[in-house]
Amino acid sequence: MWVYEKKLEFPVKIKKTNPALAKCILTQYGGPDGELAASLRYLSQRFTTVTPEAKATLNDIGTEELAHLEMIGSIVMQLSEDADMQEIKNQGFDSYYVDHGLGIYPASASGVPFTAAYLQSKGDPITDLYEDMAAEQKARSTYEYLLNLTDDPDVAEPLKFLREREIVHFQRFGEALRTVQDYLDSERCFVIPKPNFMNNDKNCGCKKCK
Amino acid sequence: MNNKRDSILNRLTMLDFMAVDLHLYLNTHPNDKEVIEKYNEIIKEAEEVRYEYEKNFAPLCSFRSASSEHHFNWINNPWPWSRKFNYYIEGEE
Repeated sequence: MWVYEKKLEFPVKIKKTNPALAKCILTQYGGPDGELAASLRYLSQRFTTVTPEAKATLNDIGTEELAHLEMIGSIVMQLSEDADMQEIKNQGFDSYYVDHGLGIYPASASGVPFTAAYLQSKGDPITDLYEDMAAEQKARSTYEYLLNLTDDPDVAEPLKFLREREIVHFQRFGEALRTVQDYLDSERCFVIPKPNFMNNDKNCGCKKCK
Repeated sequence: MNNKRDSILNRLTMLDFMAVDLHLYLNTHPNDKEVIEKYNEIIKEAEEVRYEYEKNFAPLCSFRSASSEHHFNWINNPWPWSRKFNYYIEGEE
């Protein structure tokens, strides 16, 4: 279960309204490389991973991503909440406004609604962790593109914090992957069955066959 | 920091972040004694600061924080996503 704590992981206090930027940053809420996809991906994959290190890493990073989702929602809300009709029209926020008003809806910057197709839970711990490392890099790139579009330090500081977290998470997933590889390579591992197509092959080349 | 509330919240945010980061590190380095020691120090200080915040301002956790004369502050504004809840960090570039 989870316990909510009534504070942000990193403060978000934005003075200047900027609906155009809000629409771009929304992509880290419900877009293809966003925090919602990250959290759901890790919290789903943790059920079928194998080492203690990988279970803890997926559980705890999946949890931290929810705190990042909250930060992104706060940024988007604070950038758009005081926008008048003129700003909404002039800054291209009108297409979002007709569907959601000033509500925070999980969608990409181009308005595509969130979909679970953004993530995978493959039931193969190595496959999953490689996806996770790629996901952290994709999110890092997105934060860098967003920072290129931002000249307001009130917005840039939390975005820089989030970018740095992607780098740390990538590192931790790499370490978790190493524990899974070592575990699956060990002589006493019977947990992961050989794929069916290999069952008739007595000498597949792996350590156990030799 | 403008006031006591912001400076306590800032201290707690810093300590909790250090705890999150060290905790992730310990997940893949569970035998690093030096970091375990540092982590425990941070947890201990964060507990004290959390107590200080809740005693003076508002409960932090749903169904974990003890009830007090400020209990009803839970439902009150500001919530963390609002400008008013947050503060500016000092010493930024």
